[in-house]
Amino acid sequence: MVDLNAYLTLASLLFGIGAIGFLVRRNALIQLMSIELMLNSVNIVLVAVNRLHVDNHVGQIFSFFVIAIAAAEAAVGLAILIALFRLHKSVDTDTADTLKH
Amino acid sequence: MSTAGFVLFLVCAVVSVLGAIGTVAARRPLRAAVSLLVTIIAIAGLYLGLSAQLLAAIQLLVYAGAVVVLFIFVIMLIGPSSEGSNDATAGGRHLMVRMLSLAGMGMFTATLAFTLVDVSAQYVATPEGFGSTQVVGEALYRQSLVPFEVVSITLLVAIVGALAVARTKTAKELSEARERRAQIEKAA
Repeated sequence: MVDLNAYLTLASLLFGIGAIGFLVRRNALIQLMSIELMLNSVNIVLVAVNRLHVDNHVGQIFSFFVIAIAAAEAAVGLAILIALFRLHKSVDTDTADTLKH
Repeated sequence: MSTAGFVLFLVCAVVSVLGAIGTVAARRPLRAAVSLLVTIIAIAGLYLGLSAQLLAAIQLLVYAGAVVVLFIFVIMLIGPSSEGSNDATAGGRHLMVRMLSLAGMGMFTATLAFTLVDVSAQYVATPEGFGSTQVVGEALYRQSLVPFEVVSITLLVAIVGALAVARTKTAKELSEARERRAQIEKAA
């Protein structure tokens, strides 16, 4: 009853929500969470397609690496956010204009 | 797939979409973090439905156990100003915001339209041990040992980099250092 289509539709919904959140919100914390949403939706696609090819685990291994890199990205992103907050006393990404000419 | 599998998919799918909407629409970052936690747990349930047990466990350990906790730590460290300015309800603080949200909607509908194209792939029964720790671990170490080691180095570099970046100077310290340098130059 549940086929690949259902998983792909769900993943695209989650990716779209994450993309909209990243583009519309100006709070750096919520933008980072939106990135996590998008990475998770990609993982769903990898695992769902891997389920079609039951003779190997390439998709699952790939999504394992995606999870590891996402964890590293979250750590570095939050460190940058803390540095930004120490500089500007705000997590609003509109205030991050130090490099403006 | 059985009816139980369908129910599991339906529940996890609805909960994950609702959690995702809660994440991007929440006014307070702490609520967004909790919504993200709900989404992540629902996605772990989806992995179980796809018979990827090891990945479901990793998802819970790494995301629910580490990433969301890191987010909550940062929210608590920053305090009330983590809420930022009032942008959740902004129908368009700038023209830019409006255009970007339109672009996001466009991407969203485009991806949805592409995935509604029928790929007509039906799942077959899994062989014994598919997605189990032993089989996935064996495949991981046999096929991608070098990437695995590279990932551990990447994580180490990320830890060091996060420490180095987070310990930058505040605005006050920066201006003080600048004044001190100016005084030294004047004296010399």
